[in-house]
Amino acid sequence: MLNKYPAWKYILILITLGLGTLYSLPNLYPDDFAIQITGNQSSLVPDESLHKKVTKLLSESGVETISSVLEKKNLLVRFSSSESQLTAKSVLQDQLGDDYIAALNMAPTTPDWLKNLGAGPMKLGLDLRGGVHFLLEVDMEKALSQKLKIYTSELKSVMRDEKVRYRSAQIDGIDGITIKFKKVEERAKAESLAISKYREFTRTSTDVENDYFLTLRLSEARIKEIEDYAIQQNLITLRNRVNELGVAEPLVQRQGRNRIVVELPGVQDTATAKRIIGKTANLEFRLEAKPDASSRSSQKFKFKNEASRTAFLEKDIIVTGSNVSNANAGFDENGVAQVNISLDGNGGKMMLDATKRSIKRRMGVLFIEQKSVTSRKIVDGEEVVTRNNREIRNIINLATIQSAFGNSFRITGLDSSAEASELALLLRAGSLAAPIYFVEERTVGPSLGAQNINAGLLSMQIGFGLVLIFMLVYYRVFGIVANVALAINVVLLCAFMSLISATLTLPGIAGIVLTVGMAVDANVLIFERIREELANGLSPQQAIHAGYSRAFVTIFDANITTLIAAVILFAVGTGPVKGFAVTLSLGIITSLFTSVVLTRAIVNLVYGGRQINKLSIG
Amino acid sequence: MKKQIDFMGKRHIAAFFSILLVVASIASLSIKGLALGLDFTGGTLVEVEYKVAPDLENVRSLLSSDGYDKLVVQNFGSSTAVLVRLSESFNDKIGSEVVKSLSSKGQSVELKRAEFVGAQVGEELREQGGLGLLLALGIVMLYVALRFQLKFSVGAVGALIHDVIIVVGCFSILNWDFDLTVLAALLAVIGYSLNDTIVVSDRIRENFRLLRKASPVEVINISLSQTLSRTLVTSLTTLLVLTALYFVGGEMINGFAKALLIGVLIGTYSSIYVASNVLLTMGVTKEDLIAPVVEEGEEVDDRP
Repeated sequence: MLNKYPAWKYILILITLGLGTLYSLPNLYPDDFAIQITGNQSSLVPDESLHKKVTKLLSESGVETISSVLEKKNLLVRFSSSESQLTAKSVLQDQLGDDYIAALNMAPTTPDWLKNLGAGPMKLGLDLRGGVHFLLEVDMEKALSQKLKIYTSELKSVMRDEKVRYRSAQIDGIDGITIKFKKVEERAKAESLAISKYREFTRTSTDVENDYFLTLRLSEARIKEIEDYAIQQNLITLRNRVNELGVAEPLVQRQGRNRIVVELPGVQDTATAKRIIGKTANLEFRLEAKPDASSRSSQKFKFKNEASRTAFLEKDIIVTGSNVSNANAGFDENGVAQVNISLDGNGGKMMLDATKRSIKRRMGVLFIEQKSVTSRKIVDGEEVVTRNNREIRNIINLATIQSAFGNSFRITGLDSSAEASELALLLRAGSLAAPIYFVEERTVGPSLGAQNINAGLLSMQIGFGLVLIFMLVYYRVFGIVANVALAINVVLLCAFMSLISATLTLPGIAGIVLTVGMAVDANVLIFERIREELANGLSPQQAIHAGYSRAFVTIFDANITTLIAAVILFAVGTGPVKGFAVTLSLGIITSLFTSVVLTRAIVNLVYGGRQINKLSIG
Repeated sequence: MKKQIDFMGKRHIAAFFSILLVVASIASLSIKGLALGLDFTGGTLVEVEYKVAPDLENVRSLLSSDGYDKLVVQNFGSSTAVLVRLSESFNDKIGSEVVKSLSSKGQSVELKRAEFVGAQVGEELREQGGLGLLLALGIVMLYVALRFQLKFSVGAVGALIHDVIIVVGCFSILNWDFDLTVLAALLAVIGYSLNDTIVVSDRIRENFRLLRKASPVEVINISLSQTLSRTLVTSLTTLLVLTALYFVGGEMINGFAKALLIGVLIGTYSSIYVASNVLLTMGVTKEDLIAPVVEEGEEVDDRP
């Protein structure tokens, strides 16, 4: 009974401690006030000339900067104070115009050698840094009924083509279509048509007097597919719009079956944020104007991705985005990238009419967005800056019509699959997505955020201090061992959270505080057990051994059950509460390591391998 | 063997006390209900900070004269922070509108936060929260039944339900706001109280196997006496940090700290009295635990 650990155990513990310290280090470097400049469109990336311009503008207006670095997709300028950051923001936003967005940001100052190891600080939740939180709900009934409308018109035209005589076809409930027939045979024909072509529907036949009905209902799987699609489409659109807001680290994420969370750190102006998030993009399909067309019937547009290229399109619109039911990137039979587009019944008809007459002419797709535009005027010798909403129309594709087409067609000859997916994305973003509603909205002011951090940290320090003092007084040398373990526990917890880049929220801090209080429990169990074994007459070395091995089963059981509660909390909770669940669960895991393995190692170092008459355990 | 305290001698008094608390909690919950927070009810909330502490009655009349009705105005943490809950449906500018009408008398008012939760979201959260609590209890019951024995699991879950009801009851009786962080605290209470109960149960199981001659009451008394100092020390350290959280953690986390403070106190009591009381009432005997001794013999054998 020597209570000695083999060397490899010590080495393993030291490695863990080393890694823990390393990965929690980034949290000690305070963030810089920064401005992040990004292009208004994905194709516009800040370059060296913009970099020079920004440096010049800032030095002219006397703003001191720490550094300005050109990164992959943005230009990051750091400042030493929040005042110079704010001055710089207004200077830059005024002078750079609408092509670039200057967003306030907090830039981590993690040194390069740490960054290279993949280390970085924890992220702060909205309740700690201030910002806006939105919860949006996608109207799934609307999404379904839109889809059913498309199905109905498609069914009608298929039945006409196949010479099936039907009386009427109508949407029935939220997930079905009912078709009315005068004759049983006609219904049978329609049924076999549905079996071969519309497998996603379940079929039921009902007879009422002399009328025969066939009801097609969407299967559960198909409904889920439609819902997922509606959510995905909205997510893509929202991400594009949020990017335009120029927020440093936005979050756009699906939550549950039909909701989307949008979090915009640092934003205070909910009205502007909502206007941009809620705005709609649209599409127009138009023929290219003939070379001799008059200016009354044609219009000149720029291309979205090549600002220097322009084309003339007719003023007549063939179909709009609301007729587009789907757009997907894919490949043709030769492996060349293409985009497949489907239109609804009405749109298909219009498209067929237009393309029949226009083979070998070109058709353009216009993308229409609402953007806020800054304009400057000199009024009474003073410059007045106003921001207005303007509609911006750009061509996203211009392609030759090879043959007449209706409901579904494809755009081929695209350069790359990346181009194809971007085009498909724009087509979908501009098409009619299922409507979304704001169901929750929270704004946290920056002062409240700072106040929350301070209060959280202070309570952590005080709580930590109280526990340290108590353990020292109550358990003496063993108390010191437990305190070392407790301190390392907090370091490891921070390291873990930084490593998985978990978000720290106020309840998350509360979770850490609670962990500090509860983490000593394992040590209390062990120490009490050792005391008992000593009282039972075991020698000190035997008591240490017995104490640790007896207490372990209990510690394990007790922690597993707490972990169960924490995991459920994670599943049930949203936002900040999730943060609490994360810190609580991670805290349980790290405290198991520090209070069982680590304290044993220290105790072995202090007492192990020699003759001892008395333990200092209070 | 340490000095034995006759815990179970007072078990009828304890049972009476527990039942009294639970009945009072349930009565208050069914008569008064809970002051549910915005997270669960849905609605609109605006928090503002005054430079100088305002008179709440003035704030209320100022707002109602500007056309807001069904207001709740209260201080939030300090006398300068004011929380306004409105039945008004939400619009983007409500925060600045409230600030505007409050500062119309020349006071300096700053907007700290504005929140809006849709009624349906609140309702779902209520359901989810309740479901989460039940799920936690169910899984815990299963785990304890597998790891120990069914009677122990009834005892443990009985203690948990007891704790949860009393904590929620306190919130109802004292009219404290029950928000999402309090729900989180309740789940943490479940975790904590369970931790305590399991430590005690573990010792009871061990002692049933060791002390073959002792009666169930004696075994439980011995086990409780042995674990008492651990129970008290852990409660104390947890209470220490919670007190720090309660006093300096800020108003947003106040409900959370209150719920856990009560929960830890009740949980400590229930791990001593409720779980063991249920065990005795259900007539736990050594036979309940004898069978596994053969399988887990090494646990007994590893005595030096």
